[in-house]
This record gives sequence, structure tokens and C-alpha cells, in this order.
Amino acid sequence: MLFRFSTSAIDAAAARLELRDAGAGGFVSFEGWVREHNEGREVTRLEYEAFQELAVKEGDRIVSEALRRFPIKHALCIHRVGALCLSDMAVWVGVSAVHRGEAFDACRYIIDEVKHRAPIWKKEHYRSGDSGWVNCEHCAAAPHRSHDAWAHDAGR
Amino acid sequence: MPPVYGLVLAGGASTRMQRDKAALRYRGKSQLDRAVELAARHCRRVFVSVRPSQVADPLRAAHPLLVDSLPGEGPLVGIRSGLAAFPDVAWLIIACDLPFLSDAAVEYLLQQRDPRLLATAFKSAHDGLPEPLCAVWEPAAGAALAGYQATGGHCPRKFLMRNAPKLLAPLDERALDNINTPAEYAAAHAALDAARGVLDAATGADAVRGAIGLHDVDVMKLQIQYFALMREQAGRSEETIETAAATPADLYGELSARHGFTLHREQLKVAVNGEFSDWSRPLAAGDAVVFIPPVAGG
Repeated sequence: MLFRFSTSAIDAAAARLELRDAGAGGFVSFEGWVREHNEGREVTRLEYEAFQELAVKEGDRIVSEALRRFPIKHALCIHRVGALCLSDMAVWVGVSAVHRGEAFDACRYIIDEVKHRAPIWKKEHYRSGDSGWVNCEHCAAAPHRSHDAWAHDAGR
Repeated sequence: MPPVYGLVLAGGASTRMQRDKAALRYRGKSQLDRAVELAARHCRRVFVSVRPSQVADPLRAAHPLLVDSLPGEGPLVGIRSGLAAFPDVAWLIIACDLPFLSDAAVEYLLQQRDPRLLATAFKSAHDGLPEPLCAVWEPAAGAALAGYQATGGHCPRKFLMRNAPKLLAPLDERALDNINTPAEYAAAHAALDAARGVLDAATGADAVRGAIGLHDVDVMKLQIQYFALMREQAGRSEETIETAAATPADLYGELSARHGFTLHREQLKVAVNGEFSDWSRPLAAGDAVVFIPPVAGG
């Protein structure tokens, strides 16, 4: 499996071992962490929700694409679902390769595509007490804007 | 638009039937001959796909052969070999063991074909999944299939599920039933004899339009799942509904009015039966639909 979800803290040390290869000369990983602010708001905690059936398929397709596009050895992506606190790891991507350049490129490709394509949603809870689904709420809060403006917001 | 040639797949091992499936006879004719003749009524050229070990078989050798030219086995290799042999041609792929397949179904498939996608296929009446062995495969599918096989893939159905083909609702429930065991063969024989008049009459554009029209006005049950903002706005994570909506676009309009969704359809994607879908694809009874609001993973 090239992409999976975890309902508990991601064990990066264990995940890294899955990518070991005697032919690999390097390993690159990316960790996404929960940040205390977003778009000027103070964030206190997060919830991730996913349409797991399709997200696993799409995640698998993304990592497969990386394995085709870049001459790398192995790649894996693990994404959290459920409630997360500040500084928790939300996503982990690891790539092993013969040379470092391809490993960096493939790792970047995977995290960028997962953010744009996998059906995963993030609800932010703010210090002010309210909360919102990222990329969904303030489009919805401005119902009189034109379709073009909505599409622009949605594609961010 | 690339021309369409016909490729009848007859390379299977027929292990469950315990005899060569291509040679099974219905109404005095082998099903291989029936399938080739059916394809020839709709395509300029028709070939029979075989493994190298089958080229001398007299039943198969009576037709133009297209021999597997790539490593591996199974239908995926047959399809790839056709696409490799004629890179500018699309292929009407049909398995040789579909005794209920009608001219109407093939005509409908070719009419509905979308050459911009990798394939146009019927979906199974039983599970809604694409039927790769009664489908039009476009030239661009060649390279995509090569990539899929290079990553260890071997199942044409799984390939289609990952690559969003155009999917068509079957014209009738058993049109694509295939015949794998002696018991199924006996049952198919009986059904074909009983339905002789009906099957032969079900050809021509009028019958096709009739079938499509009927589909459009049917009220059907659908399973809807909601996530994130839409789950909160709907006040539930799933529901079963009865609807006359013909497409996901119609369905979103209906459910949006019912639940007061604030997102516009242009902001969403939609998935049907666990795979991304077109907004205009025809819905069928039992389909599972998920509307996908703007995502925010990572």
C-alpha cells in the first residue's frame, strides 16, 4: 500500500524503515504539522475527515505517478484523520532513491498532489471559539459573489 | 475521430468450463463465430485475439488473428497488443463469451463513445463496475495501460476504475452476462431459446432510444454519503433516497434544495461508486453518490 490513513499518531521512524533499500543512497521525508495560526486566525486544534475509500485510491494513484515520473526506489504517504493538537503531525511523506535530487522532487510532488486531489477535509477550531472547514466556509459565507470568484477561492 | 476496429478476445484458458469456451455453440454456431460476426456488423476490420500457442487452432485460424505480442497474459495483454499493432485505431473489445450481447448494445456503445477519454464501457448490472471486455478502448489507452502494467497492474477493470472512462448504463440486465460453467451454459441456452424473438427484435435505434428513455424516467434508490461541511449542513452522514434525478448534477440540485447546501456545484467534485465521476453521467439504481467539497488535506 502506497498511501494509508492513521487514526493515531504517525510513527515516522517505523514508516521510514518500510522504504529501506540497499540500492538507495538517500531518503527524504516531509512532515506536515498543525500550526497555531492560519490566515490571520489563532488556531487551537484541528479535525481531519476523509472519504477514505476514494482518498486511498487517489493517494495510491499519486504515489504510483511519483514512482513512474521519478527514478526513485520506494515512496509512502500516511495521513492522519481525527482530532489533532498543535504541533501534531498531520501527514508524512517518505521517499528513498539512488540519488537525493529525485527523492526531493518526488516528495514535493506527492505532498502537493495529495493536498489538491485527495478527498480530505480539515476543520479548524479558533481561539475565538468558532470553527470552520478550510477552503469551504468563507466561500459559503459570501453567497452573492460571482461563480468565478467562488471557483477562484475553491482552487486556492 | 479514430476509426474503430473489432477485437474478439478468445485467449482464455476456460478452466471452469473444462472445454474451450470459444467453441461453445448457440443456435448452431460457435460463440466465437457469433462474436466475430457481431463485431463485423459494426466495425470495418475485426480480429481475434489469441495467445501464441493458439494460432494453429482451426476455430480461431478461420479469422484474422492478432497474436499477443507483449509479455504477460490475460485480457489486458490482448487489449495492449491490439493498441500496439494499430496505434491510431480505437478498439471495440468484446469477450467471446457474451451470448446475450446484442447489436443494439454494440450500436449504443459506439454511438455513446467519447474519444477524449481512454475508454467507453458499460457498467455491470450486478455491481455497477466498468465492464472492460465490452468496451471501446481509445488509442491513448495504450501508453496508460503500459504504465499500469509496469506498476504491477493486470486487471483491466481496475485500470478503468482508476481512469474514469465514460460509463453507460446497460440496456438490459443480462446483456453482459458471461458464461463460465457448464451450468451457466445450459441456462443460457434455455434463455436464448425462450427469448429468441425478443432478442432479435431488440435491435435498431428505436429500441435503443426506448431503453434510454425508460431509464430517464425511472424513480430509483440511491445511497448518498456526506462529508465535512456538507455532513454538517445535511445533519447526517448518509441517507438512502428515492429520486428521478438522471445525473449527479440533477441530484445535487435536488439535495441542495432539500438540505440548504451553501456550496455551489462548480466548487464540488462528485464520486459515484467510489470513483470520481462526470456530473453528466447517467445514474443507475443502487449507485452510491458522494459530493466532494473543496479539499484541504496536508
